Amino acid sequence: MVSILDIIGPSMIGPSSSHTLGAMRIAKFAYNLFGTPPDSVSFYLHGSFKETYIGHGTKLALIAGICGMETDDPNVAKADKIADELGIKYEFRGIDLGDVHPNTVKIVIKKSNSFHEVIGSSIGAGRVKIISIDSIVCSVSGDFPTLVIENEDVPGALESIIRIISTNGINIAQVNLNRLSKGSKIASMVIELDDELPSFVLESLKMLNVVRFATYVKPI
Amino acid sequence: MNVKSLKDLIDICEKTGETLHKVIMDWEMLDTGYSNDYIIEKTSKLLSVMEEEYASKKGKEFKTLIGLTGSNGKKMLEYLPKAYVGENVFKAATIAVTMSESNASMGRIVACPTAGSSGVMPGVLLTLEESGIERDKLVLALIVAGGIGKIISMRASLSGAEAGCQAEIGSATAMAAGGAVYAMGGSPQAVSHAAALSLKSLMGLVCDPVGGFVEVPCVKRNAAGATLALLFADIAMAGVESVIPFDEVVDAMMAVGRSMPEALRETGKGGIAISPTARRIMKNLKDKLSIPEDN
Ligand code: SF4
Repeated sequence: MVSILDIIGPSMIGPSSSHTLGAMRIAKFAYNLFGTPPDSVSFYLHGSFKETYIGHGTKLALIAGICGMETDDPNVAKADKIADELGIKYEFRGIDLGDVHPNTVKIVIKKSNSFHEVIGSSIGAGRVKIISIDSIVCSVSGDFPTLVIENEDVPGALESIIRIISTNGINIAQVNLNRLSKGSKIASMVIELDDELPSFVLESLKMLNVVRFATYVKPI
Repeated sequence: MNVKSLKDLIDICEKTGETLHKVIMDWEMLDTGYSNDYIIEKTSKLLSVMEEEYASKKGKEFKTLIGLTGSNGKKMLEYLPKAYVGENVFKAATIAVTMSESNASMGRIVACPTAGSSGVMPGVLLTLEESGIERDKLVLALIVAGGIGKIISMRASLSGAEAGCQAEIGSATAMAAGGAVYAMGGSPQAVSHAAALSLKSLMGLVCDPVGGFVEVPCVKRNAAGATLALLFADIAMAGVESVIPFDEVVDAMMAVGRSMPEALRETGKGGIAISPTARRIMKNLKDKLSIPEDN
């Protein structure tokens, strides 16, 4: 049920909740994958975002998000200069991502040798839906701590992963399961948690034989 | 507590003798689990953002994203002492325009209920504050405005893309009018009449932003919303009643929204957005706004 605080708020940077706030929140989710500013970033804008790029500040909002700025930081309008100061190289391109929500962006971030890719849609009133993380299809809001895992597709893999999370007292809100391709021995999962994940739990997950890689993303 | 209408909330007030803001906060607790203290604290913070932003933006010129507006708040502040309509009304309009221009230049705003209509509520609340109404009362007024907005969001919509500008500026005005009556010490019934009267007077308002951007006509519509809200607050305080109850006005507004063609719902393809001047402006801006394609 909607809260009156979402009716008389939130406090945000204008001018548009879906083209400014939502865009910034998707980029902030991408920022949280490294947790520090990336060396470089490419933004691929789909649909309406191509048109609101300047006029609704979508460009500056995306840059602000990738700098890790708060969603009501008054310096969002100067985000391009802040990115320069942080040494983040950025580029913008138009793209057709096919049958996705009109306000969708693909973000690729790089840092030394590693990179991440996020696709997210701004679905209205500042809410977002992350539909892909590192090519793993999902549907997460970014409101919860999120865990991304690629694992060997063998019997018992899911149980052993879930067991480590729950024996540490962390509640699971939602799980998205994926098999990369039929017959492939690799599966992936995106798990939304009720609580933040302590780093030792992430380390124990990475030590499991069935886990190929695991990334933790803080809530936006 | 199965609340579906503003009447439901007012009935509870009358049955229990509770105040309207308290009934709204208890409803909120059942819906979201937020305590009364938490709601008051967060609402007070939202009011602080309005206060701080206006204090820092008052009398300033803005470089807005499209550049079709930006110096109107400043002009109005300078003219304020001469305003024929009187100081309070003109001040509310001035604050509303300033906050809206700030919104169009990526300033910090409170989306109450949306970014496009974010000038209306500060226009009303900050004018009341400057005229001597205590801040605590304004926080409660904002909670009451939230209750009104929540009823609109449940029965209809707060989105220009769904139901036209009547759902954005219209809803903001209804919320602000009801909140103003509450701050002035009016009864829950008078709150409801002020909200109904203002929403009726904006019924049918289309959403026709030039180029699809929140500048023209949005900025000046915020002035209309803020001044109408104060006007209908006074009219309701005078004892004037809305013949049609608020909840029925909200339902009618949604029915009107549903029958509006898409061209008049935030697409920038109808209303003043396709006037010859708007077309000329957008043609000149085209290159400045475009993005390189992927290839
Ligand atoms: S015209 Fe449309 S975009 Fe502008 S304030 Fe009204 S509803 Fe919002």
